[in-house]
Amino acid sequence: MEQQLPAYPKFTKEMKHTHKLLIPNMLPIHWTLLREALVDEGYQAEVLTTTGPEIAQEGLKYVHNDTCYPALLVIGQFICALKSGKYDLQHTALIITQTGGGCRASNYIHLLRKALVKAGFGNIPVASLNFSGLEKDSGFSLTVPLLRKVISAVFYGDELMCLANQVRPYEEKPGAADAVVARWLRILAAQYDDKRGITKRDMRHNFAAIAADFAAVPVHYCPRVKVGVVGEIYVKYSALGNNGLEAFLASEGCEVNVPGLMGFVQYCVENMRETSKLYGGDTWTARAAGVIQEFLDTREDMMLAAIAKYPQFHAPMPFAKMKQMAQGIISYGVKMGEGWLLTAEMVELVHAGFENIVCTQPFGCLPNHISGKGMINKIRALYPSANITPIDYDPSATRVNQENRIRLMLSVAKERLQSQAPAKPAPLYGEEGTVQAHVERPL
Amino acid sequence: MYHIGLDIGSTTIKCVVLDEQQNLLYKTYERHYSHIVEKAAEVLAHVEEQYAKKQAVCLALSGSAGMGFAESCGIPFVQEVYATRIAANRYMPGTDVVIELGGEDAKILFLTGGTEVRMNGSCAGGTGAFIDQMATLLHMTPDEMNEAAKTAQKTYTIASRCGVFAKSDVQPLLNQGASKNDVALSIFGAVVNQTIAGLAQGRPIRGNVLYLGGPLTFLSELRSSFDKALGANGVCPENSLYYVALGAALYAQGQVTLPDITARLQDYSATASYAFHAPLFKSQREYEDFRARHALASVPFREYTPDCGDIHIGIDAGSTTVKAVAIDEKANIVYTSYEPNSGNPVPIIHRFLKEIYASCPGARVASATATGYGEELVKTAFGADFGVVETVAHFTAARHFLPDVDFVIDIGGQDMKCFKAENGAISDIFLNEACSSGCGSFLQTFAEALGYSVPEFAKLGLFADKPVDLGSRCTVFMNSSVKQAQKDGASIENISAGLSISVVKNALYKVIRAGSPEELGRKIVVQGGTFYNEAVLRAFEQEMGVNVIRPSIAGLMGAFGAALYGRAHAREQSALLSAQALETFTQQAKNVKCGLCGNHCQLTVSTFPGGRKFISGNRCDRPVTHRTGDDPLNLYAYKLSLLAKYEEGTGTRGTVGMPMCLSFYELFPFWHTLFTHLGFRVRHSSFSTRDTYLAGQATIPSDTVCYPAKLAHGHIQELAAMQDVDAIFYPCMSYNFDEGLGDNHYNCPVVAYYPEVLAANCPELAEKIFIYDFVGPHNRKAFPKKMAAVLQKYWPDITQAQVAEAAAAAYEEYVAHMAAVRKRGAEIIAEARKAGRHIIVLAGRPYHVDPEINHGIDKLICSHGAAVVTEDSISHLVQKFETRVLNQWTYHARLYAAARYIADKPDMDLVQLVSFGCGVDAITTDETREILQREGKLYTQIKIDEITNLGTVNIRLRSLFAALEQ
Repeated sequence: MEQQLPAYPKFTKEMKHTHKLLIPNMLPIHWTLLREALVDEGYQAEVLTTTGPEIAQEGLKYVHNDTCYPALLVIGQFICALKSGKYDLQHTALIITQTGGGCRASNYIHLLRKALVKAGFGNIPVASLNFSGLEKDSGFSLTVPLLRKVISAVFYGDELMCLANQVRPYEEKPGAADAVVARWLRILAAQYDDKRGITKRDMRHNFAAIAADFAAVPVHYCPRVKVGVVGEIYVKYSALGNNGLEAFLASEGCEVNVPGLMGFVQYCVENMRETSKLYGGDTWTARAAGVIQEFLDTREDMMLAAIAKYPQFHAPMPFAKMKQMAQGIISYGVKMGEGWLLTAEMVELVHAGFENIVCTQPFGCLPNHISGKGMINKIRALYPSANITPIDYDPSATRVNQENRIRLMLSVAKERLQSQAPAKPAPLYGEEGTVQAHVERPL
Repeated sequence: MYHIGLDIGSTTIKCVVLDEQQNLLYKTYERHYSHIVEKAAEVLAHVEEQYAKKQAVCLALSGSAGMGFAESCGIPFVQEVYATRIAANRYMPGTDVVIELGGEDAKILFLTGGTEVRMNGSCAGGTGAFIDQMATLLHMTPDEMNEAAKTAQKTYTIASRCGVFAKSDVQPLLNQGASKNDVALSIFGAVVNQTIAGLAQGRPIRGNVLYLGGPLTFLSELRSSFDKALGANGVCPENSLYYVALGAALYAQGQVTLPDITARLQDYSATASYAFHAPLFKSQREYEDFRARHALASVPFREYTPDCGDIHIGIDAGSTTVKAVAIDEKANIVYTSYEPNSGNPVPIIHRFLKEIYASCPGARVASATATGYGEELVKTAFGADFGVVETVAHFTAARHFLPDVDFVIDIGGQDMKCFKAENGAISDIFLNEACSSGCGSFLQTFAEALGYSVPEFAKLGLFADKPVDLGSRCTVFMNSSVKQAQKDGASIENISAGLSISVVKNALYKVIRAGSPEELGRKIVVQGGTFYNEAVLRAFEQEMGVNVIRPSIAGLMGAFGAALYGRAHAREQSALLSAQALETFTQQAKNVKCGLCGNHCQLTVSTFPGGRKFISGNRCDRPVTHRTGDDPLNLYAYKLSLLAKYEEGTGTRGTVGMPMCLSFYELFPFWHTLFTHLGFRVRHSSFSTRDTYLAGQATIPSDTVCYPAKLAHGHIQELAAMQDVDAIFYPCMSYNFDEGLGDNHYNCPVVAYYPEVLAANCPELAEKIFIYDFVGPHNRKAFPKKMAAVLQKYWPDITQAQVAEAAAAAYEEYVAHMAAVRKRGAEIIAEARKAGRHIIVLAGRPYHVDPEINHGIDKLICSHGAAVVTEDSISHLVQKFETRVLNQWTYHARLYAAARYIADKPDMDLVQLVSFGCGVDAITTDETREILQREGKLYTQIKIDEITNLGTVNIRLRSLFAALEQ
């Protein structure tokens, strides 16, 4: 008996010139830059920014309903796009990430291919974006120049997101912070076009200039509830996945802190080292991972230094220090999905004064049983002030239930803010100096 | 100034008015029947008239259903748990813990020793709504249920995880004739378990406990169930219904005038916005065409006359209804009846049969055939000649209307069944999983909760202009979707239509998982009582884009099919009780506990005239056949016996305890040998039982993790309680052995890392050494060094050489263990072939061997005459092959290999066991199905959880065997 599987269409080298790559959105700022990076490398690419209930509906139609919500949404978004008539189906390809870890997410690409066949788009090629050497025969490859651009894009995205989140709740003129973001997206795109913006020197310069621009935005500080958002990577970042969580928190008057994307990249690299430490074997991978980590660390240091120059801004913890936050709570061996990083991020947020935390996960997310919900009790025991609420996202989990739970967390947070505020005027901010004029004494 | 608190919950609206001194002047508690805005306006108008009288007041709103419009109308909102806390601190100072059950929410509030609030997760479902649903099932009001529970003699185990599961435990109990009083108390017990397991999550409930909310206020027996479980003496204070409203009133700040608020409410109700579908019918004309078309599919119905010849009786004893049909030789219907099953179908059928004899004077009964849940009971009680599995009965009936039917979907009260047919045989069966069994009774519960009868409610939706899009998931989710729609201002008409559409979507996308109508076939017969509902029927046609046939006897198809089956198989004379025998017919039921094995099933023994006995509630054949000893052709039993043979040994270095959960079901031989060789005594926890789960349930942090993982908490408790155990060993392992079948060899995240969760959440581990380091036996070379380092932390005298030596023995033992499994598997296959028995590969994971996880499904399969082997006994017979998915988990690679292996073996079929909540299986089930179907094999999947009812499983298995026979 020999079962022959019909071959899936491959994304060939030639398609780089003939096909448009569709990219599912996750982080609007980062993805805009990533698209620029791809375009500069000669790809035609478009980020899908569609929203609406039909995306989940299409996903439910073509993917097993118990599959995680991110897979349903990403695949649903692709199929909606292909059905929209906006694209020339003979010259359209899709790209999706693949981590190669022990979680279901490594299978998204296969679920996508199955879904495409089912939906009648079996001819559409799918490229895999991965760092694990999966799908080696693909015409899409992470060349060194592309990789360097991607890395710089993630750093820029993190800095823009981090600072915009810190300025937006306090800006005097609504929209000012977002205007800085928009301007910098234009500047960086132009730099990429001129083959600039990716050297260490350029990055150092840009990091400083970005921070300076945000620092120049007129603000009006007042006590706000500070909320951190962690969780499964897609629902944590994607407004489509988390029912517009950041916007909701903003409408409740919160300052939101969403840890950056580079942390996840560094976490993946770090795991290569940990794996050989835990199970022995392959020290070459570990050494290579060390080199990459160093490369990333240097750039991270530059970015953090640029932010830290302004006392009113809170610079995130460097990755190496954040890693220590997980110590004594969860082992570094937990490396599937967001693994120990998720736990570490929660602790980092508590240390940074963002002790109110929304821990997002798709309903039934396997790794989050362990490192999210599984660790909350322990974190609370160690940090009694941690006010964490786990929220499940799912095609049918309703916003009213999610918001009700978040509101409960916020009620406790607001009560604490009121009792603490007089003793601790504008924590972390309000240092003597430039912004003092804007500080309004809290109630 | 008056302080007014308004609490709008999912089913009720509460309002209180306080004066300056916080004296309670007015309170009201009313059901809002989904007319939230109107009701709120009405209540406020009353307050305005009686108290406020145009003065400014302080007003705050609370409650999940009030959230949306509080925002839009600019009324201060306070989260309901938070409001409860304010009120509890004010009125009952000294309270330590508040337990509040509402319409759909359950909350625990810890006030002292670190304030913490817990609400039920989106899966755990509602409690008030759940009790209502259960009461409906018992044909009681909740108050009557409370009365009944007072005189209960004992309790049954009812799944506490979510309402739907509980329902599938309760229904069979009722069908088996268990006393309603006992069931009522058991339901309260389930609510208690659900609250404690779902919310306390390891934090003990101690001190002064306060009970709040509707169910705890009205139901004294629920309170005493809580008292008993908590070992506490909880108090249900005065105004326990109004704590949220009181909290809101106390919180209220700022000034408003009520007429102003009422005006804003009215504006708000005019602006409905929510996701919606196209209307079911655009015009009256369209509706009438639709009706005319469906009127065509009817069966001739005639009065019995002697020229009808012999008659054939079909009885469908379903879960919620009992149906009977009698046909003549030409398949004309001469008698039908249809009645709700209020627990015991026997008296109803007794009456039906008497009616048949009366309405067909002189007729000779040539055959009587039973189908449905109560099939065996009917056969025993009344001497029916044949029993036929429901799916076959329905298929037989469908073919009568459409001989070349290729797809049948039946939505009944509690079940949804669909199957595809090819060449006159059932080729693919879909039954709803325990999770989505909403179906007809789900619509009924909703209709009743909103104050309508089902037909009235369905009619409302026919011409709705914007049916609400409610998604396609289980009932619990649906409840909150409806809540959301109400919040968004959806009319009752649009909710009704939306619910009908969601039933259809559930069937198509959740159960069948269809992508397009073409995939299912174009010749479709729909049946089951739910399709009498024209809204559902229309929604189905719209969603499928095809016209379907709904027979006029859609609700009787099971009984009709059974009668047709009897007509085809009739012998000389039916053994059915005669009219005379029916006159003296009696049934006596008695409850006993079976003592034949460790399961201790609650048996209901019914005795009928002539000493005929029927036993129900049993999970295996032993109480019925009194055959001792298990079927030798059952590899599950053999694997379990292999694990049981390892002895504690007499090691002196210390005693190590190992939990019999997850990975240990395969690796115990390895670890046992390793530690024994190092001079340890090795103890393990017992194989799981229901009590294992209950013992550990309070420390489970994630209520949606799979049942096998939840059981681990109980195993840890058991080990921690063993005085002589010095250390508990349960390592984390990202990787499993590489068997060369896949692209990688991971464990799933839960198997890999669950020890981390145990370490972080089980307080009893604090008193023991818990060794949960990461190790990798897959890397044989590096393992001894790593393992030695782990052990040296606790036993510094252990050397690496000793570990290396012990590891060598452990690897050998592991290999021998796997070889023994494979050898016995091969023997079973050979013996079964010789005996002409069919062979079922019951494919799952190693831990599915645990009797509490598989609920005896292996034995059930054997009782149908098939031999049972495991996936790991045949997976080595296949070379690595290309799969459609990333094949990266060791256990799961075996599934694909096993499916591949049997694909060309005509006497072998595969049944996949899937633990509810297993995310990895969302991927493996589709792939396994594809591998099998590519070779024309049937695929059968059984979802298991803490649920103990094997009724549905049995239907599925019998359908499989019936299809295999054809």
